[in-house]
Amino acid sequence: MSKTILTVDDSRTMRDMLRLALSAAGYSVIQAEDGMHGLEVLADSDPDVIITDINMPRMDGFGFISGVRQGGRHRAVPILVLSTESDVEKKARARSAGATGWIVKPFDPVKLVDAVRRVSA
Amino acid sequence: MDTMAAIKQTFFQECEEQLTELEAGLLQLDDGNHDPEVVNAVFRAVHSVKGGAGAFNLTALVQFAHVFESAMDCLRTGKLTPTPEVLRIMLRAADVLGDFVRAARVDEDVPAERSAGIVMELKGLAEGPAAASSAAASAAAAEPVADLEFVPIMIDLASFDDLALDAPAASTGFRILFKPHPALYANGNEAVILIREVGRLGTMRVICDTDQAPTLDQMDPEGAYLSWIIELETDKDESDVRTIFDFAEWDCVLTIEPLTGAADVSDISASVEIQSTGDDIQPVEVAAIEVLPPALETPLPAAIEKGIAPGLDLHAESAGGAAGGKRDSAAAAPTIRVDLERVDRLINLVGELVINQAMLAVRVTEAGLARVSAVAVGLDELEQLTREIQDSVMAIRAQPVRSVFQRMPRLVRELAAQTGKSVRLVTEGEGTEVDKTVIERLSDPLTHMIRNAIDHGLEKPEVRRKNGKSEEGLVKLSALHRSGRIVIEVSDDGGGINRERVRQIAVDKGLIASDAKLGDDEIDNLIFLPGFSTAAVVSDISGRGVGMDVVKRSIQALGGRIAISSRPGLGSTFTMSLPLTLAVLDGMVVTVADQTLVIPLTAIVETLLPRSTTVHSYGEGTRLIGVRNGFIPLIDVGEMLQFRSGVDDPKTGIALLVETEGGARNALLVDAIQGQRQVVIKSLETNYGHVPGIAAATILGDGRVALILDVDAVVSASRADGTSQSSFALAG
Repeated sequence: MSKTILTVDDSRTMRDMLRLALSAAGYSVIQAEDGMHGLEVLADSDPDVIITDINMPRMDGFGFISGVRQGGRHRAVPILVLSTESDVEKKARARSAGATGWIVKPFDPVKLVDAVRRVSA
Repeated sequence: MDTMAAIKQTFFQECEEQLTELEAGLLQLDDGNHDPEVVNAVFRAVHSVKGGAGAFNLTALVQFAHVFESAMDCLRTGKLTPTPEVLRIMLRAADVLGDFVRAARVDEDVPAERSAGIVMELKGLAEGPAAASSAAASAAAAEPVADLEFVPIMIDLASFDDLALDAPAASTGFRILFKPHPALYANGNEAVILIREVGRLGTMRVICDTDQAPTLDQMDPEGAYLSWIIELETDKDESDVRTIFDFAEWDCVLTIEPLTGAADVSDISASVEIQSTGDDIQPVEVAAIEVLPPALETPLPAAIEKGIAPGLDLHAESAGGAAGGKRDSAAAAPTIRVDLERVDRLINLVGELVINQAMLAVRVTEAGLARVSAVAVGLDELEQLTREIQDSVMAIRAQPVRSVFQRMPRLVRELAAQTGKSVRLVTEGEGTEVDKTVIERLSDPLTHMIRNAIDHGLEKPEVRRKNGKSEEGLVKLSALHRSGRIVIEVSDDGGGINRERVRQIAVDKGLIASDAKLGDDEIDNLIFLPGFSTAAVVSDISGRGVGMDVVKRSIQALGGRIAISSRPGLGSTFTMSLPLTLAVLDGMVVTVADQTLVIPLTAIVETLLPRSTTVHSYGEGTRLIGVRNGFIPLIDVGEMLQFRSGVDDPKTGIALLVETEGGARNALLVDAIQGQRQVVIKSLETNYGHVPGIAAATILGDGRVALILDVDAVVSASRADGTSQSSFALAG
């Protein structure tokens, strides 16, 4: 049974890239377009890992992570933050919101899959 | 690589969208709208372009986008105020960014002189050299995620009894003390996974300290009570080890010191040895998984209780430690992926089976066997089974409409931005299941209807305010099952259909006579006529030459119907009703003018026997039949389908009371009822062509082809005046 990854990103390009990289590694991928949508999608799915962008309309990554961690059956799901920013302050904020780890864009598929594996299997 | 090329294509498309958004946002700022959300959107646009460009190694684009982004960031953080001068630079930068995007698309470079000036200006905005130097750095930056060799971990169960550890072979390595805080688990990290990662660096010994674990009644299931001492023999250096704990470092106590000699661990009450070797994973693990505590959701180490027999402890712990992956396979829902073609083949076969079973039933009846004979009873059972198989196979193909609905929020957002209207999309019933083919073919009509709702339906915010509505328009998309069909509604709370204008357009385009008397409903339905477009100016959103007629046709091709209801000033609702499957149908087999027809059972409410006391003539060629307290039109199916010119005496036939999608009741006059049967739908359109009043065809038990009646089409055709032929032309 393949693991399911939820990716939350407002960029279609990024969603396609994530889907490509993760499906190639044998994961099944579900996607959302922003934090709010992500929480909606979560209501009906059970991903093993969540990958989220930070900078998104409607609800950003920080809000989304807090939303997941706040309660409900998904609060223990590992969340990887996907962001172009690599500065420490952003990471710290993501962490305090409850992020499990991070992946810096642009990612290469090997590193992405490796990071997913590191928090999930 | 094809997929990469396709994604790159998407990227450039998206870039164009972002550039439009960027420009629109900057212009909004220029207009004095300093809403933080506008600033954020503008920032995001540049940010996304940069992010995507990085993925495709479009270095020049990344570099420029980065400089631009840095300046934007100052705007966002308030370091820079959006004065007209600043915005002019930004707008020019947006143009140059567009040049970079288009250049990257055709693999060209942007002349340095085109961008140099603006880069300097942007850097000036972002305050100097700091921005300049970080540009290159961040463009190339990629956080190293350790590239590690995969080393499967074997658990040595034999060592469970032997708690005293062998003296480690002293070599280079580290002694790692790892004590997670509860926050580590709360953030989704998992101690066992981290330890396993450490194991991949070399050979390790793990000692688990359970001293802090309270008794079961005092244990907080989300607490963190265990700590580990890991002795790692490796040739890697400390930073490699630290990288593993990169994500977890702040939520645990972590000390890493060089390994000096044998550790004194004999006083630790319960400990486990996990040895990583190059061997394959032993089957013994599988056995270990079965004794996993059922509460897999809670952080594993906390679930282990000190008082339990150590053997069990160790099983659970080591299984979790070595086979984190297996944990999921034990807990995950058992699903498989199946090639769609195989399912389709199965469905076709089941379809044939249904036909075959029907034929067999006919033969048995012909043979004159009694209904209670063993053959007949067996045949009944076969029929039951066939039906169950059919339902089960159909269930495989059924999928929630969510996949289509999910695409709509973005569309709505984009359209809202394009039209300058504020729109809220509410979706309901995303979990409603329907056949996959139906779902796939729903996307286009739905997209078009939502476009229409936003472009034509909803009013501009200022108009809404004037009319006492909230500025934000509402578009609702809902799905539900109703009497064996799926009903999908797209409704808006806009101005409703402008009937005067619709009528005028229809007259202008010669679709109706200028003196035609039309009811509100009939006017509403004019928008489904081919070649009708209400937009005074063809906008690039909904007026793309594809009108509601195309929507209607694609819905009809799916065996569905579409209806509209509109209230001036309150909005419009489009209701689509579609069959749950395109493969089978429960039908009533009837005879009309020596022809065999099938009428979908879902439409039939009851059957009536026309009597001279109940049937009344009304005007020319119209008959009504009295049903309890009312009269409803009696439609002669044979006449509508032009099998004959009408029956003189309706009392010789049988009337079927049918209900159409709009809820209207009518009676269909047929000659006789043959029976009720499940039939396999064979499309007429694919093999022959659309026939007005006929939904599809089927093959009956005796091998003959029978037509399946499209009840709604027949009823609506009969409602219109004139000959049945011309009314069908209008409906179809």
